[in-house]
Amino acid sequence: MAIHLRSAEELEKMHRAGLSVHEVLATLRSVVKPGISTMDLEKLAEEKIAGRPGKAAFKGYRGYPCVLCTSVNSEIVHGIPSPKRKLREGDIVSIDFGMELEGYYADSAVTVPVGQIQPELRKLLDVTRESLDRAIDKMRAGNRLGDVGHAVQSWVEQNGFSVVREFVGHGIGTKMHDEPNLPNYGDEGRGARLQEGMVIAVEPMVNAGRPEVRMRDEWVAETADGSPSAHFEHTVAVTANGPWILTRPKEMTGPSW
Amino acid sequence: MARPIREEKKKGDSGNSKEDAIEVMATVIEPLPNAMFRVELENKHQVLAHVSGKMRKNFIRILAGDKVAVELSPYDLTRGRIVYRYK
Repeated sequence: MAIHLRSAEELEKMHRAGLSVHEVLATLRSVVKPGISTMDLEKLAEEKIAGRPGKAAFKGYRGYPCVLCTSVNSEIVHGIPSPKRKLREGDIVSIDFGMELEGYYADSAVTVPVGQIQPELRKLLDVTRESLDRAIDKMRAGNRLGDVGHAVQSWVEQNGFSVVREFVGHGIGTKMHDEPNLPNYGDEGRGARLQEGMVIAVEPMVNAGRPEVRMRDEWVAETADGSPSAHFEHTVAVTANGPWILTRPKEMTGPSW
Repeated sequence: MARPIREEKKKGDSGNSKEDAIEVMATVIEPLPNAMFRVELENKHQVLAHVSGKMRKNFIRILAGDKVAVELSPYDLTRGRIVYRYK
């Protein structure tokens, strides 16, 4: 399968989907506090999208039941919201959300602390977020996919954490998962060359302990050693002016999350 | 939403396209080159059908006017496979 190059017009469409995604995630992020359940977040997300164009991308995707993925602590990705899963002081929760608007997709995720968290968890979030920033900075025409993966891996391992291998970032456009795969590891100078118009969901998933993954069920991936895991994501386009983060307002600069 | 590095087929999806086929009755209209036939389905649609390997191996001959069973791929409903010739 070929990698699609998107026109400026298509990128604008994806950006519009991305702005909705950003708004929903920003709201969810602000309401996370001890005592609320992951299903409360799901409900709120559903309310937020009800009034706007486009639809949630995850619900129904390969049979996924919800609009959000909420992955708490040792859950890496694809945690399914549940009224029984109450967030507690000191937890971390990754909220992953995507929208489809006029046939174009945008996908983003952020890991949020619940109340006060341990310094080690704070470091995990900071390192993972920073690895996303470093990866995004490599999303320039002429670089290779391996450069992006390497940016994540080297930063994460330098800080004593590890990178999940079983799940990867992905091309995104008129499908949620498109070519190419973007692993969060790799060698500099290897892999497909980035070109203007490519759009990739860059999403480092970082475990505080070992990189191994255990599937709790068909969807929920958790760390095999039970260590906490963080996940940040943006949909990023390669443009003539460098990387363009489609899942946040153009005015925003500075760190990705 | 992260992509699994090996995107597996969902349960119940055997991955074997032959098992997903829709089997329907049809009448052969005309023989075409390369063991292909134009057949008319019961719903009056005309599709291009080839003879299944099993039938070719056993030299089952097919003539215009024969009643046959045709498997249609759910992906391309204009083509089919003749899997049985009724006597």
